[in-house]
Amino acid sequence: MMLLKILFRNAFHHKLRSSLTILGIAVAILAFGLLRTVISSFYAGVDAASTTRLITRNAISIIFPLPISYADKIRQIEGVKMVSYGNWFGGVYIEQKNFFPNFCVEPQSYFALYPELVLDAGQKKAFLNDRKGCVVGRKLAKKYGWKIGDTITLKGLIYPGNWDFVLRSIYTGRDQTVDETQFFFHWKYLNEATKKLMPGLADKVGFYMIGVIRPDVAADTAVRIDKAFQNSLAETLTETEKAFNLGFIAMSGALVTAIQMVSLIVIFIIIAVVANTMAMTTRERTGDYAIMKTLGFGAKDIAILIFGEALVLTFTGSLLGIVLTFPATRIFSQHIATYFPTFLVSAQTIYMDIAASMIIAFLAAVIPTRQAIRIRIADGLRRIG
Amino acid sequence: MAVPLSYSFRNLGKRRLTTSLTVLGMALVVFVFAAVLMMAAGIQKTLIETGSPDNIVVVRKGSTSEVMSTIERKAASIVEMLPQIARGGAGQPLMAKEVVVLIALKKKGLAQSSSHSNVVVRGIQSSSMPLRSQVKLVSGRMLRMGSSEVIVGNSIAKGFQGVGLQQTLTWGMRTWTVVGVFDAGNTGFSSEIWGDVDQVMQAFRRPVFSSLIFRLQHPDAFDAAQTAIEKDPRFTLEAKRETRYYLDQSETMAKFLRILGTSLTAIFSIGAIIGAMITMYSAVANRTAEIGTLRALGFRRRSILLAFLTESLLLGFIGGCLGLFFASFMQFISISTVNFQTFSELAFKFTLTPFIIAQSMIFSLMMGLIGGVLPALRASRLKIVDALRAS
Repeated sequence: MMLLKILFRNAFHHKLRSSLTILGIAVAILAFGLLRTVISSFYAGVDAASTTRLITRNAISIIFPLPISYADKIRQIEGVKMVSYGNWFGGVYIEQKNFFPNFCVEPQSYFALYPELVLDAGQKKAFLNDRKGCVVGRKLAKKYGWKIGDTITLKGLIYPGNWDFVLRSIYTGRDQTVDETQFFFHWKYLNEATKKLMPGLADKVGFYMIGVIRPDVAADTAVRIDKAFQNSLAETLTETEKAFNLGFIAMSGALVTAIQMVSLIVIFIIIAVVANTMAMTTRERTGDYAIMKTLGFGAKDIAILIFGEALVLTFTGSLLGIVLTFPATRIFSQHIATYFPTFLVSAQTIYMDIAASMIIAFLAAVIPTRQAIRIRIADGLRRIG
Repeated sequence: MAVPLSYSFRNLGKRRLTTSLTVLGMALVVFVFAAVLMMAAGIQKTLIETGSPDNIVVVRKGSTSEVMSTIERKAASIVEMLPQIARGGAGQPLMAKEVVVLIALKKKGLAQSSSHSNVVVRGIQSSSMPLRSQVKLVSGRMLRMGSSEVIVGNSIAKGFQGVGLQQTLTWGMRTWTVVGVFDAGNTGFSSEIWGDVDQVMQAFRRPVFSSLIFRLQHPDAFDAAQTAIEKDPRFTLEAKRETRYYLDQSETMAKFLRILGTSLTAIFSIGAIIGAMITMYSAVANRTAEIGTLRALGFRRRSILLAFLTESLLLGFIGGCLGLFFASFMQFISISTVNFQTFSELAFKFTLTPFIIAQSMIFSLMMGLIGGVLPALRASRLKIVDALRAS
């Protein structure tokens, strides 16, 4: 008990130094938390993926389309409940930097297949009835200030020209993990136009989204679909939605690894700072420890004192850091909504924060403790400040 | 009179653990700062070296990469007639009509099925090789035009499965044999697979070209060629210098990395500055009596301030050197990732430029300076009598 009291007194003996150290830890834990959140939002699409959906695309690569005639054939395959299809439109709003995902889809089946996109019934009907209509996510509409009935013009990069759409509906996500920055419009609108402009590209779809009857038949159904189109002009590759999304992350794998490395480095930086503080503290208190040893305190007690002090400092700091992470992510997510549509602090991140601060406290205290325990009483008493 | 430099220097040596921990913290921050900038510079350098200033790329207006672009055969023939195009030895125009598509290939090493990446397949003509002087065959032989043979870039041969010499690839219901590996140095071509343009177009059922590349007869003829192409009402094409074209492709990635890098290091540097501050404050506290003595000897406040600032600048300097030392080893590392803009694989090296060295050193010295200002001010403000009494 008395040790605990000394420990707390020690930790806050040097007010300036303690508060600087705590501030440093708080900043580092904040940075660590932000980086972990960046990584987990890379994987947000994977976690949000449904187990009952498959994605079928051209086996050569995603840029090659599949004929629309496959839709009927896929529908007949065992295990398939629903088929929808769409194209990546690749349009930009006014200029390149206003990037958001935009697809044309077969609307009726698409929204049935993706119940997490919630549409108002009246708005949905208006959208279905208007071939030039479009549906956008809540965040996207807010970002550009679009209102129902507005005309939105996208500049096509893959399909040249300016494309006009009328905003008919704004969807919201069923929960926070749903991407609310997407833009959908009628596949038929694009197809009718390409028939006139580039007949070669008409009647093609970029990918099929397939709903299976039960999650456990997903793998077999995927194999059956690919088999059906084997040795055809457009062979298919069918994956679960999760695998499909993971494939995209794997492409930028080097970046994710880099961010992971950096989040480890931040831990090392802060270990250096805390270890520095602890080293200074113990050096100054060598005399105290010598007196304690004279009074009969063992090596264990001194170790508890130093480790405890390091723990008190790091925990105070990381608590501050964790609390700050929440407002920081909110500010951050407003600036980088283009890159990461969903940006939320996960419980796992908090656990990792706590684990990190334990490791920091432990590693920072090791060397000073060793020095304090090793020193002989006579040497300790002789040393001045 | 100034306090001698050796005073500051020896003080750092006095407390080795504290000094080295502070320096280590700063070195790590500088390392991250330099590494991210090196990554951005690496991508940019790779893509800039891919283009050569005398070459002109023609793509469909508005398309940001060759993959998106389509050029009809008729339009290609019209462009080929331009007088600004250089001629080869036999009088043929030095122009290549190429097609660019992406295929998904499996990466080496990882077992999971998801580790596919998009690789550029470029259909070339015999004039493509002389237009790209950087490309050299390192093993095997050149592909025969009119056959299902391909040559692969060395980054692809290294990083992907099943693309070694004499191995076969299957796309478009045909089997393609790898007959050669080429080295294109530190350029984007090293991440490509090349085949005969007519064969590739047929296999992928793509009756149009993606891009036209030609050499200018005279470097100044660019404007004339550009106007001739862009003003022609028979097609909507645009012409860019190859260097410009590839620089545009690197912009998104480089910008993303720079923003990421600077915001990260801005946060990290707070940690390191605090580390330096703690060190310097305790240096001042431990040496109060010493400072009093110095002042009594006649050293001015300004000299004391300067001595302590020098000490913390030295910390920053050593930290910066150490960080750059580690970062320079990153130059041996070559990584590959998908370029957001072209959606295809690009291998590149971390590149250390003199500008990055200067930036990192300034950054590191700034950290030392900011960390040292307050403690140094405190040291210089001590009253002689109080300071001498302390011990």
